[in-house]
Amino acid sequence: MKKKMNRYLVVGLIITGIILAITLIGVFWTPYSPTAMKYGRFQPPSPSHIFGTDNFGRDIFSRVLKGTGTTLSIALATVAIGAVAGTTIGAVTGYFGGVIDELLMRLNDVLTAFPSILLALLIISLVGPGKKYNVVLALGLIFIPSFARVTRTAFASLRDMNYITSARLMGAGSGRILFVHMLPNVLRILLPAITIGFNNAVLAEASMSFLGIGVTPPDASLGYMLSEAQGMLKAGPWYAIFTGLSIILLVFGVGLIGEGLQAENREVV
Amino acid sequence: MSQQEDKKLVLEVKNVSAGYRDGGFAGHGGTYHEVLHDVSFNVRHGEILGLVGESGTGKSTLARVILGLLKPEQGEVIHYTPRPQIIFQDPYSSLNPTYSAWWSVEEPLRIFGKYDEKERKRRVGDMLRKVELPEECYEAKPEELSGGQRQRVSIAAALIRRPRFIIADEPVSALDVTIQAQILKLLRSLRDELDLSYLFISHDLNVVYQLCDRVLVMKAGRIVEQGTIEEVYNHPKEDYTKRLLEASK
Repeated sequence: MKKKMNRYLVVGLIITGIILAITLIGVFWTPYSPTAMKYGRFQPPSPSHIFGTDNFGRDIFSRVLKGTGTTLSIALATVAIGAVAGTTIGAVTGYFGGVIDELLMRLNDVLTAFPSILLALLIISLVGPGKKYNVVLALGLIFIPSFARVTRTAFASLRDMNYITSARLMGAGSGRILFVHMLPNVLRILLPAITIGFNNAVLAEASMSFLGIGVTPPDASLGYMLSEAQGMLKAGPWYAIFTGLSIILLVFGVGLIGEGLQAENREVV
Repeated sequence: MSQQEDKKLVLEVKNVSAGYRDGGFAGHGGTYHEVLHDVSFNVRHGEILGLVGESGTGKSTLARVILGLLKPEQGEVIHYTPRPQIIFQDPYSSLNPTYSAWWSVEEPLRIFGKYDEKERKRRVGDMLRKVELPEECYEAKPEELSGGQRQRVSIAAALIRRPRFIIADEPVSALDVTIQAQILKLLRSLRDELDLSYLFISHDLNVVYQLCDRVLVMKAGRIVEQGTIEEVYNHPKEDYTKRLLEASK
């Protein structure tokens, strides 16, 4: 009964799958130590150092592997916080409506009114900079409103569907209606939103690290490395190029998955 | 007539006025728009009572009030049977797109929670045979079913808990004529087999004539005429009824 998956989805899954596999290997094994400074400064890409080396003589490929892992885990955790909390808020406000809805949604408006990077700065300055968990916390909080908004609309539109009315008439409780009857239908909208959110999280983390409020050494995310690379564009352009390309490829792969999922939805509707 | 009056009632609607509010904060305050004005009628045991009127006269609002989804501003609704169920017009939004036909029919029993899996399976199988859904459709998702098949599944889901009173809100309006006839036949035979009473809402007077015993005529939120099918169709008292009948010829 399953239809053929569309091309976006297939290509996106392949790219993301390869990145994930390589990153997973990078967690346990890298060709060189990503922090050892003994491979000669500013070596251009060569068979032994395929991405070259940086100003301290570190192997860039090993650093990109580690950095992708850091970026991925921050982005995943961020999206997880945003999606779980956002969907919960969206479900409650969209389904029950009433005073809670008005209050939470106005709070949402207030949060969205701030530029998100400023809000991140504020939260980081409150909880203390430099820790990976604080970056995740700050970004996660910032991502809640958009998920809440998207899912609220979905839950609210489902609320008046006849099959939900029927379930209520049968005596189904709110929990059952929300989780069993509504959530699976919200996933169609939620999954593409998660992929978009993931990409935004990657980019947000990159900008935060770039500005120096993200992760700090010895942790290295792709964004942090990109800001390092900025200082040596002339002496070792390959650092910026390969780090930048990694971010682009990651975002591109996940973006294709999102595009593919949305295309699937359009077919269903 | 008096003999019929003596028959047991399944529903009494007494002087009901109801409507909607818009504007206001979180559902409070705002302007009240009354849709139903002082509506009274009974549904008798075993009968199919038609409710006709142009669209926008408040037929579906009345259904919502009877089901308890909308509180009447005035008057009362008295049920003599537990939990009435509804069959909706649109067979596309009346089934959850995530789940199979079988799941949708079994779900009311799961919610009820009194039967074990084996008993649920027996009852669902029985009911799906009663509504004559082909067996190869049991595991199909709504998007794989035709309009008529979806409506059969909706009927099965509405009847699985053995209600005695069913509101059918334009249940055949979205179907083409041959399927309409099949579903109407099914509704009639289910009424006899399961001892049901219906409130059958429709804008189609021909369908009501085929199916119903008695009919209510609704205009702008008021019941302007009621009586047996023969009385109303052959000797309409109200101009509005005459116009409706004229238009349906």
